[in-house]
Amino acid sequence: MPHNPLKRALPAAVWLTLVLATLTLCFTPAAGAQEKPYFVTYSHDLEEPGNLDVETKTALAQPGGSTRYGATALEFEYGVRAWWTSELYLDGQATAQDSTIFTGFRIENRVRPLMRDHIVNPVLYVEYENTSGADKTILEVVGHDSQSDLAEPNGESRREHQHEAELKLILSSNVRDWNISENFISEKNLGHDPWEFGYAIGAARPLRGAAASRSCTFCADKFIAGAEAYGGLGNTAALTLRDTSHYIAPLIGWQLPKGLRVSFSPGFGLTSTSLARVYRVGVAYEFNQIGNWFHPANGGAQ
Amino acid sequence: MIRSHRKILSLSSIALFATLAFAATVHSHWDHVPAKDRARSNPLTGQPQAVAAGALVYSDHCAECHKADARGDGHKRPSLRSDHVRSATDGDLEWFLRQGDLAHGMPSWSSLPIEQRWQLVAYLKSIQ
Repeated sequence: MPHNPLKRALPAAVWLTLVLATLTLCFTPAAGAQEKPYFVTYSHDLEEPGNLDVETKTALAQPGGSTRYGATALEFEYGVRAWWTSELYLDGQATAQDSTIFTGFRIENRVRPLMRDHIVNPVLYVEYENTSGADKTILEVVGHDSQSDLAEPNGESRREHQHEAELKLILSSNVRDWNISENFISEKNLGHDPWEFGYAIGAARPLRGAAASRSCTFCADKFIAGAEAYGGLGNTAALTLRDTSHYIAPLIGWQLPKGLRVSFSPGFGLTSTSLARVYRVGVAYEFNQIGNWFHPANGGAQ
Repeated sequence: MIRSHRKILSLSSIALFATLAFAATVHSHWDHVPAKDRARSNPLTGQPQAVAAGALVYSDHCAECHKADARGDGHKRPSLRSDHVRSATDGDLEWFLRQGDLAHGMPSWSSLPIEQRWQLVAYLKSIQ
């Protein structure tokens, strides 16, 4: 019987995504949000204050010379203020013919310094990352990141610990129904490595601007389509595009009833150091005003 | 007699000055909306479908804070059936939805397509 590595690699990540989606659908009240289906790029949209957005972002790929893997980032995004969003990521991955492991966590904060909407809206992003070298979620590409980094056996790569600080300048515009976002990324391993740089740009828009006058699941205004491109820009020791990875990825997002969102993106590597293809699947649910759940006036905890 | 008239005149002047100064500080909620935005009218006015669609947009994005009946929570989330909203032009409301009031907890809804913001304006006007 022929061996199928995909069957062995995918279950953990995909099952985690499905279980979370099912649980959130079954046990939570309805909610809604207008989110872009970007996986790497950030726009200036922040979480609504008091809301908790839970999302799984799964990357499925096969590095050259290695086996397939599925890596999932479980994201908890909370709107602290209308101008400040805080996030926690828990990362893990499953590699075919290898193992399934937890690979670390990230804490990030995004702040809008300007209180008005402008043609270009800046957002400042600060992240602390505590992951192992086995992390394969590819939530950003910086420096000379390469597919060979993703090909190492888990037993070896997990020994490498990455305590990293990441700063991003997010610039984002809403022009007519389009969102256009540019991210400039700098990342520093707090141990020893030089600063590494990267970029992400994205554009997306709903398939139809006007909302339907009746509830519907498949109306065009429920779908957002676009594309993003991202890659590394070298580091302070070698600020060059040589041996850097770059990707372009069409995106589609679908806003389902009851606040569930699904997004999908096939990404294509543009250089020899990039993965040939990386498929991303996102499932998200927004919990409404979770602070009120514990407020006595709403029947919450006393 | 003359002294009395002067006193009355002085008091009147002070009262007038105080009234003018008070009037200068009591401004409309919408005074800071740029004139060109304020003057915009809703292209969907008079379309019942726009109100129905606006009600769904409201339900998706606004009801979680302002409540399903748009009367707010009586505290930080204000009622949208208010004199403030009644006194606003269509352009005022669309501008406010686009800008939000981040410092006071109201998100910017510039990410919503312009048609949906106008649908929302149509709905908000319909419930006054």
